[in-house]
Amino acid sequence: MAESNDVCVFHEVASPFCGIASDDLTIEVSGQTVSVIENGDAITKKGFETQITDTEPRIDGQEVSLEEAIAKAADIVNASQQPVIGGMASDINGIRAAMALADKTGATVDSMDSDSAFRNLLVLQDTGWMTTTLTEVRNRVDLLLVVGSDIEADYPRFYERMVWNEVSLFDQDTSSRDVIYLGKAPSGDTSTSPNGQKAQVLACDDNDLPEVLSVLRALVNGKVIQAEQVSGLTLVDLSDLAEKLKQAAYSVVAWASGSMQFDHAEVSIQMLNEMIKDLNETTRSSGLPLGGKEGSTSVYNVSSWQSGYPMRTSFNRGYPDYDPYLFDSKSMLANGEADSLVWVSSFNVDRTPPETGAPTVVIGRSGMTFDQEPAVFIPVGVPGIDHAGRSFRGDSSVAVPLRKLRDSGLPSTFDVLSAIEQAL
Amino acid sequence: MLTKLTGGRIIDPSQGINDKVGDLYIQDGRIIDPPSDAKIDEEINLRGKIVMAGAIDMHTHIGGGKVNIARTMLPEDHAADVIARTELMRSGCGHAAPSTLSAGYRYAEMGYTAGFEPAILPVNARQAHMEMHDTPIIDKGGYVMLGSDDFLLRMMAANKDQEAINNYVAWTITHSQAVGVKVVNPGGINAFKFNQRKLDLDEENAYYGITPRDILHRLARAVNELGVPHPLHVHGCNLGVPGNMGTTLDTITGIEGLPMHMTHIQFHSYGIEGDFKFSSGAAEIAEAINANKNITVDVGQILFGQTVTASGDNMRQHAGHSHAHPNKWVSMDIECEAGCGVVPFKYKDQSYVNALQWMIGLETFLLVDDPWRIFLTTDHPNGAPFTSYPHLIRLLMDKTFRNDIMSRLHPEAQAASHLASVEREYSLYEIAIMTRAGAAKLVGLSDRGRLSKGAAADITVYTEHEDKEKMFSKPDYVFKDGQMVVKDGNLIHVSWGTTHVVKPDYDESIEKELKPYFDRFHTMKLGNHKISDDEIIDDGRGSLTVQPLHAGGPI
Repeated sequence: MAESNDVCVFHEVASPFCGIASDDLTIEVSGQTVSVIENGDAITKKGFETQITDTEPRIDGQEVSLEEAIAKAADIVNASQQPVIGGMASDINGIRAAMALADKTGATVDSMDSDSAFRNLLVLQDTGWMTTTLTEVRNRVDLLLVVGSDIEADYPRFYERMVWNEVSLFDQDTSSRDVIYLGKAPSGDTSTSPNGQKAQVLACDDNDLPEVLSVLRALVNGKVIQAEQVSGLTLVDLSDLAEKLKQAAYSVVAWASGSMQFDHAEVSIQMLNEMIKDLNETTRSSGLPLGGKEGSTSVYNVSSWQSGYPMRTSFNRGYPDYDPYLFDSKSMLANGEADSLVWVSSFNVDRTPPETGAPTVVIGRSGMTFDQEPAVFIPVGVPGIDHAGRSFRGDSSVAVPLRKLRDSGLPSTFDVLSAIEQAL
Repeated sequence: MLTKLTGGRIIDPSQGINDKVGDLYIQDGRIIDPPSDAKIDEEINLRGKIVMAGAIDMHTHIGGGKVNIARTMLPEDHAADVIARTELMRSGCGHAAPSTLSAGYRYAEMGYTAGFEPAILPVNARQAHMEMHDTPIIDKGGYVMLGSDDFLLRMMAANKDQEAINNYVAWTITHSQAVGVKVVNPGGINAFKFNQRKLDLDEENAYYGITPRDILHRLARAVNELGVPHPLHVHGCNLGVPGNMGTTLDTITGIEGLPMHMTHIQFHSYGIEGDFKFSSGAAEIAEAINANKNITVDVGQILFGQTVTASGDNMRQHAGHSHAHPNKWVSMDIECEAGCGVVPFKYKDQSYVNALQWMIGLETFLLVDDPWRIFLTTDHPNGAPFTSYPHLIRLLMDKTFRNDIMSRLHPEAQAASHLASVEREYSLYEIAIMTRAGAAKLVGLSDRGRLSKGAAADITVYTEHEDKEKMFSKPDYVFKDGQMVVKDGNLIHVSWGTTHVVKPDYDESIEKELKPYFDRFHTMKLGNHKISDDEIIDDGRGSLTVQPLHAGGPI
């Protein structure tokens, strides 16, 4: 590890840690210590400031050289009939290397955030959607409807950056923007306007969202509903919401699929998106799927362009074979279908592999601790701290460049996975 | 390493060479003069074979956000067309929207050595280049999309002078790493965000009061004055709308002599005659193209079967969503720059409209006189996947084949077209113009599309065959930068092509305006928006080739 007492300050640094990928951070680096000194929040501070602890790879808990660890990892994958490459949390080149390794070894690729991502991808593959991106929201939204999600818990700067921005392109008084929550109530006050106007909350249980959204879509389409109450919400309130959506010039309907953890939430997300399509017959309305923290949007993008399919694709038959249910890495491991796991988790020390009896290779961020010591642990650098890279924002159209901020000497995920592929 | 290709029948329109037996010498990836005494390391006998430069697809959607949405949303389309891994090749799949790796292999196996992504949003350029970086063998490049971006429309609304616009255009080309500029439904993508559902050539944007005609003028002038070789690449107004031929004719004459490339002209050549209120405008459009030498076009031929349409034109894609087959579609507004729409589509030979679209495309090919000004495209994948090019070439070269197919199409569509009476058959020389020499000239590739001294040794060798589809499906050899990559129609070596760009001059003071604009209105900083040369080189596999500018006008 390089030692240096010089203090360096970096401006306009992009964060890969949350799906908004704010790129206005000011970061100070002193030796190996990284501090977010401007525009930080709980997510970005934890992401950037988690300290390096271990720098040496381990085999069965014993420190070894990087070469030995790579050779052992290659042995494990070689001996495996059905390897899984899971986690996949890395930058573009790390994911590219994971795809190349999977193709060569007949592995199945999956992301640590697949459960959340597929609630959206299944909708995209079944009926599609109309969506928008963050800069459009910042400049155009007049009504923000948040469904089943507590945005600020995972995206602390969403309102500051996308809703309560002082100026917008089209002369809008941004402080008059309407914010309505349907389902979960907000956990904090960031959705309150600069004038003190609190968001309207139409609270219901997550499990009632399928019914509530069906009724809302029906109301948008002018259908007559006999009931006076739906899951504790009055029809008057829901009719009022439907009317506001129809009157808005550019409504945005945001949801975080990661927060919608009820059975078949994808069907509710589909209902919501079909409602958005209906609204667009007369006015403009757009979906805003919020997600994509720690590289998860990058996984489905790279997997799609290299293989044709998003993750949960198996290369076991020699060609890409996609099944969002059969190739769920968690169930493959739990059912004993997979006999080795390469777990890639270069952003967050808390995202450790699932418990499994299969021999496990962890390509992980330094500082990770395990209940069950993996067969091989190779600490790697963090994209955007220890090496340069690129990462997709949650809205997918935008990829941000990640910079190298310090010289830790830790290898990148790309280096390690490429070396494993070479060593096979 | 000196390689001699001996005795082939060379067709190189860049030198006016039409089927002349000769030898080619290759050294360090380039074509050289016959050496006087140097030792030949390898000699390949091409006697009797047809030798052309590698083909260039000047308009093909191979990388970027909308293409990747198309891939992601079509698992059922891929499943019927999977490609297994080999010792040499990565696995892949995809008929309409193939994976990047498969796209590169398939292009090379068809004798193509370059493809240009025609619709790169500046903010999405990073993704487009990353995908093209993962597309093997062929060279690539892209046209950056302007014309619905709020920065340009604000400049125009503020009546900024042409020099300021030129500066912005040059800055955008440079930092998107592009080789040209495209405009898609000029201003229409922006107008759709204000809930306008159509925007004709002289119709005003509801917010800015700017018309598509203004935008075309400003951008065509900018591209011309900056000396960018590729003329402004125009996807016009009213794509797919019956009767849009009037707008198209007006667009051609309205540009007042400035160089302009009108893309997938087939989709813009519709009349409203007949019982179906849908007719061919190809004859009038071709006449206008023939008369206006400043105009180039590519056709955007449709061919029957399942495909997917992916376009920046979300206004028109949204309007067409009821035709989605299968019934799923995506429309996006993107970053106050543009948008996109992805609609799967199945062209049916027993549909009157689809059958006539097929005829309109072929009529256009056959009625435009000058093969240097018309280019062979299906607007991959919008009209058909690029893998259908050999079939399309046969349609152009073989009248009997063409008329046989035509006779099986929707009968009233047959009656509505004069195609059956068109005698013309393209020659190999004309095909070589359209797909090689002309395409290189149009894109501005100084060292490609030709077989003369100093050119990159991108060479395709065919066995002449009565069945031209067969001939163009399976070249005997393909050389990429002097390396043999295909033999007997099969890939034997995987290399990685370069990215072609232009770097027009601009005054850096433009960033004094752009930086605060990004800070105030965007969600990304100006510095992070720019794509560095290092990002194209990436892991070391990529490279940049800066193509020369023409002598431009004032900057």
